[in-house]
Amino acid sequence: MSEAVVSDPKAKVVIVGAGHAGGSAAAFLRQYGHEGPIVLIGEEPLLPYQRPPLSKAWLKGEADADSLALKPQEWYAEANVALRLQGVATSLNRGDRTVSLASGEVITYDFLILATGARARELPIPGADLAGVLALRTAADAESLKAALGEGKRLAVVGGGYVGLEAAASARALGAEATIIERESRVLARVACDTLSTFFQDYHGARGVKFELNANVEAFEGENGHVTGVRLKGGEVVACDAALVGVGAHPNVELAQDAGLECTGGIVVDLEARTSDPRVFAIGDVAHRPLPLYERQFRLESVPNALEQAKQAAAAIVGRAGPAPEVPWFWSDQYDLKLQIAGLPFDADSTIVRGDVAAARFAVFHLKGDLVQAVEAVNAPPEFMAGKQLIAKRTPVSKTKLSDPAISMKEVAA
Amino acid sequence: MAKITYIEFDGTEHVLEVKPGLTVMEGAVKNNVPGIDADCGGACACATCHVYVDDAWTDKTGDKSAMEESMLDFAENVEPNSRLSCQIKVSDALDGLVVRLPESQH
Repeated sequence: MSEAVVSDPKAKVVIVGAGHAGGSAAAFLRQYGHEGPIVLIGEEPLLPYQRPPLSKAWLKGEADADSLALKPQEWYAEANVALRLQGVATSLNRGDRTVSLASGEVITYDFLILATGARARELPIPGADLAGVLALRTAADAESLKAALGEGKRLAVVGGGYVGLEAAASARALGAEATIIERESRVLARVACDTLSTFFQDYHGARGVKFELNANVEAFEGENGHVTGVRLKGGEVVACDAALVGVGAHPNVELAQDAGLECTGGIVVDLEARTSDPRVFAIGDVAHRPLPLYERQFRLESVPNALEQAKQAAAAIVGRAGPAPEVPWFWSDQYDLKLQIAGLPFDADSTIVRGDVAAARFAVFHLKGDLVQAVEAVNAPPEFMAGKQLIAKRTPVSKTKLSDPAISMKEVAA
Repeated sequence: MAKITYIEFDGTEHVLEVKPGLTVMEGAVKNNVPGIDADCGGACACATCHVYVDDAWTDKTGDKSAMEESMLDFAENVEPNSRLSCQIKVSDALDGLVVRLPESQH
C-alpha cells in the first residue's frame, strides 16, 4: 500500500473474533482513549470469555458463565462496543476496507483486527462424527464434556497434551475414570521435557488415570450413533462413555489468506501486531508473531500472548507507545499442582533440575550456554518468577548456584 | 454490594460497586479499570493484579497464602501492604475498601 497509514484515535475499528484476544483488544482500545466506533464480531453466542477454566474450574462446576465473561453485558453498551455475536465473517475486501458477514451485512473499517483464533484439530478416522466424540475449545464443548462426566463414567482422552491432562484430572475429581491415549512414548511430548512428562504421568497414574502410550487410534466405535470405545491399532479397544480429542489446533487463517495477507503457520505480524497490510492487525492464537528474545517468528496459544498482542494493536491504532515486551508464559492447574512455564526452550543445550521432583516441588531450567531460555516450575513460584526475569534480562547465570536449592533464587538472579 | 475505590498510579480514581463473592481483581477487570492486567484470570500464577491496600484496610483483607507471598516476593515495587487482588474476596466487610495500583504490573 502506498498511502501512509497513521494512527487515528477516531478511526472505526472492526474486530473479527470475540475470544480472549478480540474482547481484550476492544477493552484496551477504550482504556487507551480510543474514541471511534468499535465493532466486535464473534461466531459464538456468548460474550468474550476466558477459556482456560473450561478444562478446570468449569468442568468441576466451580465457575459459571458470569464469572468466565471478560466483561458483563452492560459494559459493551457503556463502552459503545457494537456486538455481532453469532456473526460469521465470510470475506474480507481490503480494497474497499469491508468485512462481509454470512448474514449479508457488510461492515466498513478504518482498521481491522483479526482475532480468529484456532480450531481443534480433528482426527480423520472412522467414527469421528459419533455423538460423544468431543473437542474442548468452547464453552459449548465444555458443557457437552461436563454432561458426559460423573461418578462411574469412563472418559477416553485422545492426546496427552495439557488440555487432555487437565480434563483427565477434572474427570477424576468428578469420580469418572480416565484413560489417556497418546501416540508418542510420553505425555506432553511436544511441549515439555522428559522430566516433566514423567512427573505428570506418575502423578496422574497415582490418582487413577490410565495411559496407553505409543498408541495409534484407528477408529471410534459406537452403538446407536454414540461412541462406546476407541479402537487402537492392534485391535485393543478402550471402552468409554465419552472421548475427548485434544490433538492440537489449527490457526483460523482462511479469511486472511483469501484476502492475500501473508500467512506462514499463522497470520504473519510485526511487533505492533500489524500484518502485511498496515490497516490490518492479527492477534492471539492465529498470529505468527516475532519473538525478539528468541530471534524468530512463532505462533503462541496462550492468554498472556493474546493480551500482549491486544495491547500492541490497540496502542498502534491510538498512537501511543506499545507495551513493554514480555516473556511468553503459560500455566496449568492439575490436582494440587500449579505448573508455571516461562519462555520457550529454543536452542537450549542443557537442562538443570532444581528442587525435589518426588516432593512435587521443583523446576526444570533450559539453558543455552549460561543463559536461561525457559523454566518449567511445578509448585515453585520463586523459580518461575526469578526464571522469567532471568529470561527477560538475558543475564548469564551460574549453573552451580542454580542447581543448589539451598541458594535462594534471589541470589541466583542477583 | 461493596464500594471499592481503585486509584491508578496517576491518581485517577475509580469508585465501583462490586458484588460480594467476586475478587477485588474481578471488580477491576469487569469494569475495565486500567492497570490491573490479571493475565492468569485469578489463578495466582502471574502477579499482574498487584495492588497496595490502604493502611486502614490491611487487617480486613486477610492473610496472604504461601503461594501469594512467594509470587509477590518477586514482583516489582513490593511494599508491606502489597497484595495480589485476585486473592482478596469481596464481602460486605470490605465496603469502603481503597486500593492503589502500582506504576506497572510487568
